[in-house]
Amino acid sequence: MSAPNLREPSKHKAVRYAWSAVGVGFTLLCIILAAGALLAILGYVAAQGISSVNWAFVTELPRPVGITGGGVANGIVGSLIIVGIATLIAIPIGVLTGVYLALFGRGIFAETLRLLSDVLAGLPSIAIGLFAYTLFVAPFKQFSAFSASIAFAIIMLPLIIRTSEEAIRSVPRTVREAGFALGLSRYATTMKIVVPAARGAILTAILLGIARVTGETAPLLFTAFGSQFWELNPLHPMAELSLQVFTYAISPYDDWHRQAWAGALLLTVAVFIINLMARFALSLGKR
Amino acid sequence: MMTNLQLTTDRSAARADRIFLASLWTAVGIFAATMLGVFAQLVHSSWQSIVTFGFRFLVTSTWNPVTGQFGALPMIYGTVVSSFIAILFASVIGIASATYLAEFAPRRIAQPLASLVELLAAVPSVVYGLWGLFVVVPIFRTYIDPVLQARLGFLPIFSGPIYGVGLLTAGVVLGIMILPTVSAISRDVIAAVGREQREAGMALGSTKWETTWRIVLPAARAGIFGACVLALGRAIGETIATTMIIGNKATIAASLFSPSYTLSSVIANEFTEATSDVYISALIELGLLLFFLSFIVNGFARLLVNSVFSKSEGR
Repeated sequence: MSAPNLREPSKHKAVRYAWSAVGVGFTLLCIILAAGALLAILGYVAAQGISSVNWAFVTELPRPVGITGGGVANGIVGSLIIVGIATLIAIPIGVLTGVYLALFGRGIFAETLRLLSDVLAGLPSIAIGLFAYTLFVAPFKQFSAFSASIAFAIIMLPLIIRTSEEAIRSVPRTVREAGFALGLSRYATTMKIVVPAARGAILTAILLGIARVTGETAPLLFTAFGSQFWELNPLHPMAELSLQVFTYAISPYDDWHRQAWAGALLLTVAVFIINLMARFALSLGKR
Repeated sequence: MMTNLQLTTDRSAARADRIFLASLWTAVGIFAATMLGVFAQLVHSSWQSIVTFGFRFLVTSTWNPVTGQFGALPMIYGTVVSSFIAILFASVIGIASATYLAEFAPRRIAQPLASLVELLAAVPSVVYGLWGLFVVVPIFRTYIDPVLQARLGFLPIFSGPIYGVGLLTAGVVLGIMILPTVSAISRDVIAAVGREQREAGMALGSTKWETTWRIVLPAARAGIFGACVLALGRAIGETIATTMIIGNKATIAASLFSPSYTLSSVIANEFTEATSDVYISALIELGLLLFFLSFIVNGFARLLVNSVFSKSEGR
């Protein structure tokens, strides 16, 4: 820092304002780059994928290597099944743990739970996939959609827990006390008054959890494993859309690359729609 | 909404309460058991590798499934270097974006722009991988890498053959992926800096930039640093996109153009093909390493970010 030049205040000032403009301009350039990256990715995926997304692509099974055409119908259904089971597992555990933390969450045990949940949120999904593998695949010597659902449920949990906790905390204390004053049990007060009042935010958390695992691929490699066939039994290996995109993308075949782009477009659109729904659910809750 | 509530008799209310509390405790128990289970299971499953290779696992660089020699050093190197490039890239652009959004942007465009950047976090990792593989890799191979080599080729990090796939490309794509983490949290942290500090700066005759650069950003630096560390954690654990772009070769080379391997991409690539028990065990030990790395990095980041918010709330 040089001493301020008092004799030539106007020139000095001009320089300082020029620097200010350069600084602001630099930050503007960076935000344009960041937003531009998103638009570039979306634009490219849409341009490459749109021509291959048609009725056959979403209703047909994959064809063997070398035969052009086919679709990802089994992967779409597989994604729905795997994510669906994961959601069914994660909702009760996540919301109830959130309720516990919000209502009774004082002391060292609750703090430990919060810490665990934060740590879990940062755990690489592939490590969670390994856990699901060692617990549900290795002992049965069978890849299964169910093991993938377990991994996905664990990935969703921290998000649902922390958001439910905050949502329930944000319900005014007076509302809860009103329930008790009416002579309602703790159960009725919590589940019929407090949780419904926080439902918008809880729904948002669940939807964000679903969006997160819908775009997740890594744990599937050794849990759901993938399949070329119609497979609806969750105890068997199952196809999944994002896994198909991955497999097709790293394959050497042009027709599979084409399908990878189409699958990526479907996947991206699905995840964005769930994200939009999550934002909408939040605004519902605020009303 | 309240009409379906009915007053219950004391006894059934007490029973409902007991069941309710029991279900809460069950949920909490399952969650806690899962967390501990993940750790215990990873340790248990990698025990064979831990016992066989001991500390050598971390410091040797031979990864040879055929001879049963497993050393994780190349993967640790690949993970550290690619994550470092990513965070270098993401911190500059992310912090600058957050600064623009929090300090300079007209209110009407701030929110839409912020949403656009946050949507980067929603793009599935496999889509980043696909885009990276077919768009970013060719761009680096034909334009960026040759220019870097022509200008800065005397540096070892820009020497050697150019493949397109490799540490530099993977690092940049990872950087784009973690950008929203840096920018969203930094924006919150910057916005949490007290208004009076800004006003004091402006009142002393500072320009907008001087106020931001000398007052606001230094006040928010702990939280911004936390945001970067949190993003670093994401980069370390990212699997699919890295696997598709980094080249998957277990070597340590000085050049950033050379293909490499990360802890997570080895697991992704080799796990289903691993045949021997010790091979599987070694791969799971890589997962355990990832677990510890992300545990330390995330714990540290949380401390930093939380310290900022608790301070600004306490005021």
